[in-house]
Amino acid sequence: MEIFLQQLVNGLVVGSVYALVALGYTMVYGILGLINFAHGDLVMVGALTALQTMMFLMGVAPGMSPVAMLTLSLLVAIPVCMLLGFTMERLAYRRLRNAPRLAPLITAIGVSFLLQTLAMIIWGRNYHTFPQLISTTPVQPIEGVFVTPIQITIVIASAIIMAALILLVTKTKLGRAMRATAENHRVAALMGVDTNMIIALTFVIGAALAAIAGVMYASNYGIAHYGMGFMPGLKAFTAAVLGGIGNLGGAMLGGVVLGLVESFGAGYIEQMTFGFLNSSYQDIFAFIILGLVLIFKPTGLLGERVSDRA
Amino acid sequence: MNELALAVPWLGKRNPQAARWLVIALAIGAPLIAMAFGRTWVRVLDFALLYILLALGLNLVVGFAGLLDLGYIAFYAVGAYTFAFLSSPHFDVHLPIWVVLPLAAGFAATAGIMLGFPVLRLRGDYLAIVTLGFGEIVRIFMNNLNYPVNITNGPQGINALDPIILFGWDLSRNIQVTEEVSINSLFLYYYFFLACVAGSIMFIQRLQISRVGRAWAAMRDDELAAKAIGINTRNMKLLAFSLGATFGGLSGALFGSFQGFVSPESFSLMESIAVLTMVVFGGMGNVAGAIVGALILSALPEILRHLAVPVQQALFGHVLLDPEVLRMLLLSLAMILMMLLRPAGLIPANAKYSHIRHLKSKGVAQ
Repeated sequence: MEIFLQQLVNGLVVGSVYALVALGYTMVYGILGLINFAHGDLVMVGALTALQTMMFLMGVAPGMSPVAMLTLSLLVAIPVCMLLGFTMERLAYRRLRNAPRLAPLITAIGVSFLLQTLAMIIWGRNYHTFPQLISTTPVQPIEGVFVTPIQITIVIASAIIMAALILLVTKTKLGRAMRATAENHRVAALMGVDTNMIIALTFVIGAALAAIAGVMYASNYGIAHYGMGFMPGLKAFTAAVLGGIGNLGGAMLGGVVLGLVESFGAGYIEQMTFGFLNSSYQDIFAFIILGLVLIFKPTGLLGERVSDRA
Repeated sequence: MNELALAVPWLGKRNPQAARWLVIALAIGAPLIAMAFGRTWVRVLDFALLYILLALGLNLVVGFAGLLDLGYIAFYAVGAYTFAFLSSPHFDVHLPIWVVLPLAAGFAATAGIMLGFPVLRLRGDYLAIVTLGFGEIVRIFMNNLNYPVNITNGPQGINALDPIILFGWDLSRNIQVTEEVSINSLFLYYYFFLACVAGSIMFIQRLQISRVGRAWAAMRDDELAAKAIGINTRNMKLLAFSLGATFGGLSGALFGSFQGFVSPESFSLMESIAVLTMVVFGGMGNVAGAIVGALILSALPEILRHLAVPVQQALFGHVLLDPEVLRMLLLSLAMILMMLLRPAGLIPANAKYSHIRHLKSKGVAQ
């Protein structure tokens, strides 16, 4: 029972991070029908920029309170990622909007590797220790189940951010414009929506979420390096597909479900396969789920879109 | 052999016959020229030929059939590991190459069909991600299948693979012609690989203008329309996957034997992307493009090592970007810029319906 509850906690934490990243994928896919392969690498850029800022702040003002330091580093990391997201869209994807369907995808893969290489040049190949500014001393709400304050912060913060995003999309004028653009570019443009601006904004919002997710992910594991964005990126994409790509609620649900499956899978795989496979196979769960969803329910848990759209 | 002539720009269009002979002469003479610069360059050429095989296979899937496969290197891995299992001291099995090569190709083709079945209904971007996941799964298994039963020997990989032995003739031994003159084994491998590549080119060019090739082109350009005119797109996709995988498996087996060891490190996603860049850079759907792309990009790391390091030392006094980083930088930039500026690649595929012109010249089509 303790193992079950412990994996439940771990799954929820990882799942909320996946959900935040998945939102970026799903919003861009909903509007452009493009898998922004480089989205996962924005997670990495966010984490490493925040790390750089923290290092700088620790040098300048060693007595600063951890919360202020975290806030300031987020305030640097988020705009950097937003700017990157904007640049990506403007320079690479906008020209390819009407190109054959493979072209934007190949470009996105190129952008992803370009970001990784640039990060490798700036921050080196090594793993960096990421300062865990929120306490990692676990508390035990139930005997044998450990929850750290940082994990609690991650879950609550992502819940608030997602609620805010839903409000933005459903209640504001900007949100209505975004939904209209996703429905049909041309018609939205005829109704007076500046679709180019909306598409750019979608990238920017997604990038901001990725930056936050990056800081969470790195704080949770205490490690950051240039390739860290790849796996969470792929898993977040899986989460987006699992929930129904193009659907905001679906991305959140998918993220949490995927986090739970992965965490339970890693916890129980040794028992399930009689010791043949162990937790080093954790990463295959996401791919297996992706495969299963695409074969049996390509629209995902909550999606209405057809998978053929591309 | 029409498209081969395209590999030589300018001359290719004016005088295809001459261009073709030029390409053949270059292919045969290349290692001799390379030897003048040092033995490493012959080795680079050997690897370039393996990459050409890979690029030709991936071009079949991506260029001809229009299915973006990001896990292509997994088939290469299947081929290499098949060779390692069946022809090395690891399990102490030493089967002859004539058994292992078809088996490697066969296993890779089976893996291709296994991958193909679940992803048949997916298009474009989904397919890319699922194939990428497939590649990663294969790599994860290669890395971890050393416990509880040691099958792949984990991250250390498998050593001391048998060399290629053709009719009792060991390609890894230098031939001693006279006391001083000897033919290096790198040359022997080069010509053997060249023969493989030449055979593949002939096969693929005939395939492209065959019924299958035309069905692929139709499917790539418009899947619905292709279905409507009665093309069995399911079988055609499976065929593309398995044929592409066959080339990957073949190339992988040759690679394992040539290098003498295999480890999961050689089959990372970066390699899949590198092969894809070769195809994209050279020109999708075009045999000459795949060849030129593979040649240029596989020689790139070695060229960078010899060029970038001294240049940077002369300019800045120390090495700012090591060649490996520079290679990744150039590959990713190549991918982005090619798509933005020259989406058809370095050598654009002749025309969508070039095969019709070809058939007309033979009096087959109207």
